[in-house]
Amino acid sequence: SCAPPQNYPLYIRSVPTENELKFHYTVHTSLDVVDEKISAMGKAMVDQRDLYLGLLYPTEDYKVYGYVTNSKVKFVMVVDSSNTALRDNEIRSMFRKLHNSYTDIMCNPFYNPGDRIHSRAFDNMVTSMMMQVC
Amino acid sequence: TVKDLPLPRFVVSKNEQESRHTALYSSDADNPASYSGVIPPPPGRIQVKKGSVSHDAVQQRTSTDQQESTSPVVSPQQSPPTSPHAWRKHNRHPSGGNNERPLAGPGPFWAPFNEAQPGSSTTNDPIWSGHSPPPHQENWVSFADTPPTSALLAMHPASVQDQTTVRTVASATTANEIRRQSSSYDDPWKITDEQRQYYVNQFKTIQPDLNGFIPGSAAKEFFTKSKLPILELSHIWELSDFDKDGALTLDEFCAAFHLVVARKNGYDLPEKLPESLMPKLIDLEDSAETGEQPGEVGYASSPAEAPPSKSPSMPSLNQTWPELNQSSEQWETFSERSSSSQTLTQFDSNIAPADPDTAIVHPVPIRMTPSKIHMQEMELKRTGSDHANPTSPLLVKPSDLPEENKMSSSVKYTAGSTVTDGYSSSDSYTSDPEQIGSTVTRQRSHSGTSPDNTAPPPPPPRPHQSHSRSSSLDMNRSFSVTPGRQQQAGVVAYPPAVPPRPQPSQGPGPHVHRPVDAEGLIAHTTSTSPQQIPEQPNFADFSQFEAFAVSGVNKDDDDEIETHSESLQVEKSSDSASSLRVAKADGRVEDKVPANVPTTAGKGTTPLAPPPKPIRRRLKSEDELRPEAEEHTQKTGVIAAVLASQPSIPRSVGKDKKAIQASIRRNKETNTVLARLNSELQQQLKDVLEERISLEVQLEQLRPFSHL
Repeated sequence: SCAPPQNYPLYIRSVPTENELKFHYTVHTSLDVVDEKISAMGKAMVDQRDLYLGLLYPTEDYKVYGYVTNSKVKFVMVVDSSNTALRDNEIRSMFRKLHNSYTDIMCNPFYNPGDRIHSRAFDNMVTSMMMQVC
Repeated sequence: TVKDLPLPRFVVSKNEQESRHTALYSSDADNPASYSGVIPPPPGRIQVKKGSVSHDAVQQRTSTDQQESTSPVVSPQQSPPTSPHAWRKHNRHPSGGNNERPLAGPGPFWAPFNEAQPGSSTTNDPIWSGHSPPPHQENWVSFADTPPTSALLAMHPASVQDQTTVRTVASATTANEIRRQSSSYDDPWKITDEQRQYYVNQFKTIQPDLNGFIPGSAAKEFFTKSKLPILELSHIWELSDFDKDGALTLDEFCAAFHLVVARKNGYDLPEKLPESLMPKLIDLEDSAETGEQPGEVGYASSPAEAPPSKSPSMPSLNQTWPELNQSSEQWETFSERSSSSQTLTQFDSNIAPADPDTAIVHPVPIRMTPSKIHMQEMELKRTGSDHANPTSPLLVKPSDLPEENKMSSSVKYTAGSTVTDGYSSSDSYTSDPEQIGSTVTRQRSHSGTSPDNTAPPPPPPRPHQSHSRSSSLDMNRSFSVTPGRQQQAGVVAYPPAVPPRPQPSQGPGPHVHRPVDAEGLIAHTTSTSPQQIPEQPNFADFSQFEAFAVSGVNKDDDDEIETHSESLQVEKSSDSASSLRVAKADGRVEDKVPANVPTTAGKGTTPLAPPPKPIRRRLKSEDELRPEAEEHTQKTGVIAAVLASQPSIPRSVGKDKKAIQASIRRNKETNTVLARLNSELQQQLKDVLEERISLEVQLEQLRPFSHL
């Protein structure tokens, strides 16, 4: 899920189609956690490491990872807890890919910041990423 | 008959299509006609749809526009992507004068494009050429044009082609033009010359400098004039902005323009940028006409093919690229970024064949220390010889190339005076030659060093290399006395390679041995050079080599092996080995059987570690036996055995070979490892570049968002 500062989602995607609403809800609530972390971080937010917020909120079933860009666009990722093979580095790389794809979208002059993301390339990238972990 | 399809008709239909865009499927007859008039959308796509939609449609067309006949043609011609045909047709038609018609619709903005079309069709032919005679191609082209709008993105080359063929037939008027154009089959997405010229002109209106960029905002305005939905324009931008820099180069602009034209003509946008539209670093003309085609066949809008073709700069490589890519998926991740992946891939393939025999001197980290120890040992063993110590390392050198340490020493030795180590290699060297000349069993001397082999695992090949190279040719000559073993030559080449290093190791008087070894190595070398080289770094290897030589250089020549071993030994025993070698060398020299026979025997002994001096002597004797024990295959086993049991020289006969083989294997492994490492590093480089780009983008974004 990709959310701009205004906290409305620009892009939401989930692999298992069931319980999608639950994921949406989780993502939305996790935005609050992200905001907390952001406010606690201070001014410097240029470092990629800082951008990666890490595990935001582990629940009984899944884990939520957060990532924020320099422009306060937040990426939230919810992964199944049973998927223990996912390491932190992998999460980071996934976020980095998301970020790269997002910047590619921003490069598009036809894209207005704040629009929902319809880019097919972005979709493909996200799909491939999700396939990797699933 | 298909050919007869009225191209002209198609032209007409093209015009209609243009206005329609989307009505392709609905009215086959119309679409083709109108379509042709409009900017030739990728024929492939549409045609596919058409084909898939129904042959009936095609047939209908044929009946009406004579396109039907193409349907039968469609199937066979699947190979060339139909889209190119379509394009061609458009081009043709425009030339036929239809252009004007279709252009009417889009308005001034696109009109010029249509005009540009006429000429471009010529380039489309090449793709089809393979499939059908030009006339057919023409048909295809025309045919392709007709189904522009059908939503099928996936172009089925077959269907498209068929359709195009039908159409081409149908459009009689443009037949001539089509024929001309059909000469060059191009994929549906190929940009014809006319089109490209048109694009370039448009580019100039925005950006006079053809090498410059069109900023995103300007491009946005320009393409908005095409009246395509923003979403589609956004997608086109994503496809065409290859480097994701927010600006369009000439290539990118042409690709984008081409896509817009296609879309306006009803062709669906591909998921991935067609190869022919990839911004080519090479001259557009060339790439567009040549490189694209090969890659484009059947590609047009199929995403599958896109991945490998991300390397714009190398259209010609595109074809090979996919193969390479498949082999190295890692590159695909970078494919988005640039052609570097291509280059990398190719590089990989180049690296792959690690030929151990070719003096693979790859920078395998050779253990100097062990070798030194060996050298010392060998030298100690050899102390008997008169040669100056420095020479001994030289002896080892034969395989020096890879093992600088050893090499240097050995090289010097083998090379004779040429080595700049400072060793009195020349002295030693000379001594060796003498010995060699006298003793055919030079190999044995190597074998003497072979004991060192056991110690250092390092790729034996190196010593061999040195042989080939460093082993001073002099040695070869000197050895020529003996049965012109290649080894000798190898040995000779060997020494010169590693001048500097041996010095430290040589200290102890391995020199004496070296000369001997060098000789022996030379004898063996050529064949076993690869082995030797790896051994160089380690005197141990060298000893092994010797052992091999003793055991019988099955591989190439016993002599060679021995030379290798000797060289190896020489290197290895920079310290101790040298002594050993010396002993061996002595033995060898005496035996100096340049002939393979002796070498093998010597090699057999060499595998043993330097320590067992006495064993060396035995080896020497064995050297003589070696010739008999040339079971080369044993080498591998021998090497291992040698390493393990240096003292057991007696069985080294077979071990020498094994040692050499093992060293060869090691070298190969090292090569592959390095190749892998290289590819990994390149990937990392790509990642870093990507990150950099993203960071730059972020930076730009930050500016407007600074308030956040």
